[in-house]
Amino acid sequence: MAKAAAKKTAPVASPSVERRPALAGRSTSATGVKVEVLPPAERISLRAPEASAAALSKALGVPLPKKPKTSASKAGRTALWLGPDEWLVIDEAGNDPLADCAKVSALHSAVGISHRNIAISVAGPAAEAAINSGCPQDLSLEAFPVGAASRTILGKAEIVLLRTAADAFRVECWRSFSDYVFTFLSEGARDAAG
Amino acid sequence: MLLIRCPYCEEERPELEFRNAGEAHIARSANMAGESDDDFEKFFFIRSNPKGIIYERWRHMHGCARFFNAVRDTVTDKFVMTYKAGEPKPAKLPGASK
Amino acid sequence: MSGAFRIPRAGRLSQAKTARFSFDGQSYTGIEGDTLASALLANGVHLVGRSFKYHRPRGFLSAGAEEPNALVQIVRDDARKTPNVRATVQELYDGLAANSQNRWPSLAFDVGAVNDLASPLFSAGFYYKTFMWPKAAWKSLYEPKIREAAGLGVSPDKPDPDHYSSRYAHCDVLVLGGGAAGIAAALAAAETGVRVILADEQAEFGGSLRFETGARIDGQDGFAWAKGAIARLSAMDNVRVLSRTTAFGYYAQNFVGLVERVSDHLKAPGHDLPRERLWQVRAKRVVLASGAIERHMVFANNDRPGIMLAGAARTFLNQYGVAVGRNVGVYTANDSAYAAAIDLKKAGVNVAAIVDLRDNPTGPVIDEARALGIEINFGRAVIRAGGKLRVSSMTVQPKNGGGERTIAVDAILMSAGWTPSVHLFSQSRGKVAFNDETKRFVPGTYAQDCVSVGACNGTDGLSATVDEAYAAGAKAAKDANARDYGAKTAKGAKPKVDASESWSRGMLGAAPGAGPDTTVKAFVDFQNDVTAKDIRQAVHEGMRSIEHVKRFTTNGMATDQGKTSNMHGLAIAAETLGKPIPEVGLTTFRAPYTPVTFGAIVSHARGPLFDPTRKTATHPWAEAQGAVFEDVGQWKRAWYFPKTGEDMHSAVDRECVAVRTTAGLFDASTLGKIEVVGPDAAKFMELLYTNPWEKLEPGRCRYGIMLREDGFIYDDGVVGRLAPDRFHVTTTTGGAPRVMNHMEDYLQTEFPHLNVWLTSITEQWAVIAVQGPKSRDIIAPLVEGIDMSDEALPHMSVREGKICGVPTRLFRMSFTGERGFEVNVPADYGQAVWEALWAEGQKHGATAYGTEAMHVLRAEKGYIIVGQDTDGTVTPNDAGLDWAVGKKKADFVGIRGMARLDLVAKGRKQLVGLKTKDPKVVLEEGAQIVEDPKQAIPMKMIGHVTSSYWSQNCGRSIALALVAGGRDRVGDTLYVPMPNGVIEVEVTGMVFFDETGGRLNG
Ligand SMILES: [Zn+2]
Repeated sequence: MAKAAAKKTAPVASPSVERRPALAGRSTSATGVKVEVLPPAERISLRAPEASAAALSKALGVPLPKKPKTSASKAGRTALWLGPDEWLVIDEAGNDPLADCAKVSALHSAVGISHRNIAISVAGPAAEAAINSGCPQDLSLEAFPVGAASRTILGKAEIVLLRTAADAFRVECWRSFSDYVFTFLSEGARDAAG
Repeated sequence: MLLIRCPYCEEERPELEFRNAGEAHIARSANMAGESDDDFEKFFFIRSNPKGIIYERWRHMHGCARFFNAVRDTVTDKFVMTYKAGEPKPAKLPGASK
Repeated sequence: MSGAFRIPRAGRLSQAKTARFSFDGQSYTGIEGDTLASALLANGVHLVGRSFKYHRPRGFLSAGAEEPNALVQIVRDDARKTPNVRATVQELYDGLAANSQNRWPSLAFDVGAVNDLASPLFSAGFYYKTFMWPKAAWKSLYEPKIREAAGLGVSPDKPDPDHYSSRYAHCDVLVLGGGAAGIAAALAAAETGVRVILADEQAEFGGSLRFETGARIDGQDGFAWAKGAIARLSAMDNVRVLSRTTAFGYYAQNFVGLVERVSDHLKAPGHDLPRERLWQVRAKRVVLASGAIERHMVFANNDRPGIMLAGAARTFLNQYGVAVGRNVGVYTANDSAYAAAIDLKKAGVNVAAIVDLRDNPTGPVIDEARALGIEINFGRAVIRAGGKLRVSSMTVQPKNGGGERTIAVDAILMSAGWTPSVHLFSQSRGKVAFNDETKRFVPGTYAQDCVSVGACNGTDGLSATVDEAYAAGAKAAKDANARDYGAKTAKGAKPKVDASESWSRGMLGAAPGAGPDTTVKAFVDFQNDVTAKDIRQAVHEGMRSIEHVKRFTTNGMATDQGKTSNMHGLAIAAETLGKPIPEVGLTTFRAPYTPVTFGAIVSHARGPLFDPTRKTATHPWAEAQGAVFEDVGQWKRAWYFPKTGEDMHSAVDRECVAVRTTAGLFDASTLGKIEVVGPDAAKFMELLYTNPWEKLEPGRCRYGIMLREDGFIYDDGVVGRLAPDRFHVTTTTGGAPRVMNHMEDYLQTEFPHLNVWLTSITEQWAVIAVQGPKSRDIIAPLVEGIDMSDEALPHMSVREGKICGVPTRLFRMSFTGERGFEVNVPADYGQAVWEALWAEGQKHGATAYGTEAMHVLRAEKGYIIVGQDTDGTVTPNDAGLDWAVGKKKADFVGIRGMARLDLVAKGRKQLVGLKTKDPKVVLEEGAQIVEDPKQAIPMKMIGHVTSSYWSQNCGRSIALALVAGGRDRVGDTLYVPMPNGVIEVEVTGMVFFDETGGRLNG
């Protein structure tokens, strides 16, 4: 995903005012784990019945996963299964998934949430332990393999968790919870290192 | 902390992701405005509160966000089974003698 | 030298690594690896505490977690004073400072010890009987005094400077207890490749192998084998080995709470290490290998310092190299104490005599003791111990009576046998069963996927224990995980036991030395000072169930939870009742197994992580402007923006006037926002709100009311229709999550046929309210693609376009009664757009206003706040909002509830305005309203004030109130009785400012 972000094209709008993402640039490191706020991305909350999935997959260029706790990724765009009719689509290539869905006549709801969520990367051999400081799910590779995705909780905040590599996770949370989530992950990282 | 099987996520997940939503299989009338006082009382106020098997609603609030139904034993606190919202009350419970 | 009682070449500590420490201000030297207990004993210190009730001098009973007596206060610094630390568990570090507890002025001379002399006053049930009269004295006099006298230790009075962490962990096999059984089970499980966690409460694994010199496994000394096995396990990727880790609670579905003491044993813990780590483990299978706890003998003065469990004395010798005395006596009812006598004798300690209650036991240990020249007395009892601050003698008598003989000793080692530790099994809701032959409660019926092995399962003998544990570990691994891990790890061989020791039975209850004499203090429960006599008395006073005996005597209710006392107490009660033990019953074991710090339970959830603090996009701007914030749920909201020299009132007055004369900017981002999308969006809105929506044109807005099924107002907010199939719904700030849940509930379970979806967009959009006569002038220059004229954008409409080059959903709406707009922009642009609007606003004299001014301005217009002017018992009609209920609608949530007889009855409380007769008096919110202030107390209250403010715009105070039959009382005078006098008020309509509403377009 990080590679895809590098070839980011021109932004969707050309605003005359400055974008100030929450926690921009924050990061912290401990032995075996780095916690880092990721750059902004385009995101939609996509809701649709099963019958619309094929048309939406085609329009988005990424197959909408049908299996619980999975995701699919292609060309900097990732679709995460969050519920039986719900996907979180994240685009890190600078393209607008909302516009892609607008062309689809099949029944669906696409709502832009690019600014609602903040993404934090937790990477390193101790990443799993750092997240398990507040997330009650089994994050072993067997139970939560690479590509696994799930809405869950971290401490007292809701997060969406995506495993991007054996030792790397993407944690998404709502903007106003990002300070809490980042601080929690930092504490978890410090403890996981010890 | 209990483990609860979400019928949509098709696996057991930690209780912290869930929220109880009260007794199940209490249907809202299609003709709500025309309900008698007695029927409305039964629908809105009266709950069974059994000792033993209870049919209840849960929501996988911080997971797939779906509401679903569960059969739980209020004595042992054990979940007997869970099933999707809208599915009928199970006629027979797995492993149940009564 | 690390103490006069340290035996050269004994124990496993390296004598070279000394550690200085202090106890009650006196300096001593110990060795790294010591516990505080072993280090004190090495220095000949036995007296370490005073008992709870009688303040009797106490020493060490045990060498482990079951210790009831040796509770001390560990003081690291001013903020780190931990009370009730078991000296037998606390590991020594250089510089450790400990103090004794529950004594004044000193440990050796304690004034509270008069309780011991006055002990007839303090017999069982004393508190229940004595302090019940007069009733009022309990709270004011008795309880505080008892608490002061009874307190164990001093609680710290500063915030805890340490940090604590937590970790959720999952495994296939969790093994609790790291003695021979636990290690064997862990080896068997680990070798299959499944995920294993092995935890033990001690710093060193091995359990009883730490003191059993007679155990040999795989050709090695038992402890060396344990060390080697732990090293092998630690090196395996699939195994997590946790020492200093106590399993304190066994909960449903194999969820087990562990506390790992990470740094309490370190001299300088360092910043990164937590003090403790809470592990919340979910295991597919649990192997309980929690061992057994030795029981003491119950005889007179069995609590004198120097009297301890035989296994403890052996641990002090074989692990720490410490002799617990120079001339020891042994009092036993089983074999295992002989081994202690033999070990001490071989180490050069004189063993004055072994007193064995049994008549003519035989066996190798007895032969060996005899061969070493130790005097052995069968069929005799120790009937009393001499000495006060330290035991000085034991008096021996044939158990059926006869001549007494007093033997001088400086320590007594005792063993009544071993009690299987079924605590965790019992916590798992398993049912114990009494084995009549061995007189033990052992695991009976299992309630969870766990298995007990070794001593905690009543399995005797090391060989049988290892066999059982190894098989159980392998089976647990297999049952936990059907998957074949293949030869992921080298398959090991079952450990082979070459030699072991004999641990035969023992006795339960009181020995002959426990009296019938009622003045005898033969302790059953040391920490709560419960004697054999107390238990007999409880039975005599009518207690029949062990649960009653326990509560009447407090036996087993101290912080050690009766680990050493429960079985004795039960046996004495059973004997007195003349009933078999199982009929009297065993009390239930509850979590925690040993005390757990609040720090570990709270772990990360303190300071900034106590609860999320949510801030809006413009928060930094407001902070820079000196805004004062208020908490609204988890949100921080700008409350008011004081200028230099302004107090809250003058700031709010200025903000309120500015909005009505020029304009004000307000951050409304925290309002909940939900995007309702789909072809059936309008149908869904019809069902969830009282209002009609089908005919609302795209681009228009409507104020919506949401009810619960009972007909009461649940939430409200302005809803904009963006397209035929798309609504932008707003909710109250506090209501956002529950409204979303409420809507999802109906959509998923009652109206699943509707094609519509809900998405929370609260945090997608920052919302800047621009309100006031100049609001359009401020916004218009920054907006692209939206016609801002009144004709194109009338009050209650919404348009999508751009502001400052970024997308906006621009609402023309007002919560102030002025011409107003709410500018929604993507959150990351919120502050920049605010700054641009602020710059424009400055040209017109606009101000920023906070939530307090917002509240005043809306109250001036009679706009309600759900949750403030309503309380969950207010209908739309009560709130004067009947107009917002669609009269032609066939259904919506609440339609039937609203029609209930009580809800349409006359005289319900209705929302009205109140004006104080004296315009300067501002009513108190929540104040009660009466019709006649002269009536007798208690007066009949007919309503209460819900909102009340000083309104600078009205030049007077204003208030909203819920008053019975309120709308029929408009013009009436009512009264608000307050402590300083009665306030006269006039009932009015709800609108105080611009009643015609002309300013919305002004
Ligand atoms: Zn689910």
